Amino acid sequence: MTRVLLSGNEAVAQGAWEAGAEVGVGYPGTPSTQALEHFATLPDVYAEWAPNEKVALEVAIGVSLAGGRSFTTMKHVGLNVAADPLFTLAYTGVNGGLVIFVADDPGIHSSQNEQDSRNYAAFAHIPMLEPADPSEAHEMGAYAFGLSERFDTPVLIRSTVRLSHAKSMVATGRCRDVRERPPYKKDIGKWVMMPGMARARRVELDARIACLAEYAEDSPLNQVELRDFGLGVVCAGVSYLHAREALPDASTFKLGMAYPLPAKALKAFAEKAERLIVIEEADDFLARSLRSLGILIEAVEAPRAGELSPGLIRQALGIGAPTLRDAPSIALPPRPPLLCPGCPHRPVFAALRKTRAVVTGDIGCYTLGTLAPLSAMDACIDMGASVGMAHGIALAGGVGKQPVVAVIGDSTFAHSGITGLVNSVYNSGSAETIVILDNRITAMTGHQGNPVNGITLQERESCELGLEQLAKAVGVGRVRVVDSQDIPAVEAALKEEIAAPELSVIVFKAPCALLLREKRGPYAVDAEQCAGCNICVRLGCPAIGRDEGSGRAYIDESVCVGCGQCEQVCRFSAIVLPSAAPSSATSYTTGGAQ
Amino acid sequence: MTPTTIMLCGVGGQGTILAADLLAKAAAASGYEVKLSEIHGMAQRGGSVDTVVRFGEAVYSPMTDIGMVDHLVGFEVIETLRRIQFVRPGGRLLVNRRLIPPLPVLTGDTLCPQGVEEALAQEGAEFIDADALARESGSAKSANVVLIGALSLGLPFDKEVWHEVIAARVPQKTVDANIKAFGLGRQACTKGVGQP
Ligand SMILES: Cc1ncc(C[n+]2csc(CCOP(=O)(O)OP(=O)(O)O)c2C)c(N)n1
Repeated sequence: MTRVLLSGNEAVAQGAWEAGAEVGVGYPGTPSTQALEHFATLPDVYAEWAPNEKVALEVAIGVSLAGGRSFTTMKHVGLNVAADPLFTLAYTGVNGGLVIFVADDPGIHSSQNEQDSRNYAAFAHIPMLEPADPSEAHEMGAYAFGLSERFDTPVLIRSTVRLSHAKSMVATGRCRDVRERPPYKKDIGKWVMMPGMARARRVELDARIACLAEYAEDSPLNQVELRDFGLGVVCAGVSYLHAREALPDASTFKLGMAYPLPAKALKAFAEKAERLIVIEEADDFLARSLRSLGILIEAVEAPRAGELSPGLIRQALGIGAPTLRDAPSIALPPRPPLLCPGCPHRPVFAALRKTRAVVTGDIGCYTLGTLAPLSAMDACIDMGASVGMAHGIALAGGVGKQPVVAVIGDSTFAHSGITGLVNSVYNSGSAETIVILDNRITAMTGHQGNPVNGITLQERESCELGLEQLAKAVGVGRVRVVDSQDIPAVEAALKEEIAAPELSVIVFKAPCALLLREKRGPYAVDAEQCAGCNICVRLGCPAIGRDEGSGRAYIDESVCVGCGQCEQVCRFSAIVLPSAAPSSATSYTTGGAQ
Repeated sequence: MTPTTIMLCGVGGQGTILAADLLAKAAAASGYEVKLSEIHGMAQRGGSVDTVVRFGEAVYSPMTDIGMVDHLVGFEVIETLRRIQFVRPGGRLLVNRRLIPPLPVLTGDTLCPQGVEEALAQEGAEFIDADALARESGSAKSANVVLIGALSLGLPFDKEVWHEVIAARVPQKTVDANIKAFGLGRQACTKGVGQP
């Protein structure tokens, strides 16, 4: 055994590998991404990014059907996309062990909502494990496969940000469990879910859950820790750690399996405790489950939305708050995230702003085009939605005289934009413009490959999905590919395609600024030429500022990557490469450094 | 022993994640239980970020609360002042003397806040010119390691442990520069609070 510092994501993947998982498949999404990335680096495994979570789970089902053990990863909203196979997979059960790792985002650090995946476990009747720290994630990542095969069921493992992106020491180095594969047996009663068979499996599913509930009663997954009987706490996952910190004397019932619950053991615990509370964040899944078992719990006035912390638990229970500093209060400006210097999405949003279009958006780095000063996105719901929403707005007769434009990233288009495009073309009732922002990478989640760039997770040979050919094959008459860093070309393309009386697709193509090794510049502002018109500042580049005193622009040379976007928009030739002009860069640094 | 809690804060892209990783590894190599918690994703695109590292004999929660932080390491002054209430009275405040204007300030939509550094000084901040020291070390990107060097003076880990952890974590070519950056930070640091 060796002890290494691992994140919850890495640890769960390590556990899956030790259990002999041979195929890993998923779709990136914060905070789940590093689970599959880590799995892909382990020996003797095959791992791939699927274009979306539904496909990922279907691939995993195939592996299981053939007798292999598979490991599937996604973020909470990814499980919505995979929900269709998920619910019926609960009926069929498995052949080889099948484990789905899903990472929730309480606090909405990097997502579009705060849904609690435990509801899926109860909804679909699939057991769900909830590790609290990386060490448990490692154990449960392995244990889940045995459970899956023993009970003939897929198994969900739920994580949250504070597990996925928490790190602590984990004892690894166990041997890999290489077992004999169960043979493939044709069994239509189990695997072909048409009504006659599904009805029988439905009954079977209830029996299975009853067995699992019985198993939960004395499973090592659930742990009762008896301390003071004055207060009993039922909790799971990271909330257990917060509760231990905040209430060190309380007795705890730590659920390692959030579904199905051990009713008898919980009732016995409830009887011992003078007061019984449930501690959980962002949803009341456990509290509702306990109440439905007839267990009386005291309400806790903790915030419903967002993450918990030990301090919030203490506050909710009226336990002494720490002394604070008597610190000065200075109003501080917010610091929203922003597009990187040199980002190829920026010129497209700057041009879109000029068109005054209604822009339906999508999910990725480019969602940041919503924020000032670009302010060029009107809606963002879920991956792929931009295309359908644009069609819908057009069908509703548009919004005044504003043109309608959908904006979608390359990975997002491959994820779920294609079916929307098929619909819009098939029902050719509208003339919206569909903009695909092809920055050659899945940037937001940390640079994964995708079908459009043809880069695969384990660097196997692949091919690039031709966006232009695809759009044409679907039936789009007007398709063009434009360099997103060429601002006049971007503006002209948008103007023409918006004016066109039919649906058109523009692929704006240029690599993510973080992929570029060679940087030009830095640029500088020639103070004598600068008219203070602000046009460069309105690009929202973090390298460009407006001097509060003179009103003129300045460029921070330590931030500038030399993309030249500002040089292209400047009408006074005031933005120059420094060899050609006296530097007028204003320092960002206070005091000595810089 | 109650755990020691350290918060590293700054602007996405400044290297708080690597710094926290070094810190957690040094704690683990010194025989402590350690927990680290950080935020990936959208905020890393130039937003306001923090990472928490806690170590001791037993550590439960990876998170912390206002009034509970023993050491706040600020990579940027506005982000440090934003989190000042996390530092317990008597806690240590170590700050990189650098201000990165948020986008609303750059665009002129909001004025740059005045008196940020003075307010931090009043709270007892020790300032480090981490970017200048990083350039001096030969690795301009190692301001994060300079700050870890400065922090190290107040922590119960041996210098050798730090060196091993750094050498194992940074690219081979930059090991010497990073160890130098660490040393410059350590040297520049005037007062450590010692073991809490
Ligand atoms: C259903 C679903 N799965 C995954 C995610 C996580 N996610 C957010 S943005 C994104 C990738 C966007 O990539 P791309 O469209 O290429 O845009 P870029 O970030 O490169 O600009 C992913 C995977 C999500 N929000 N929803």
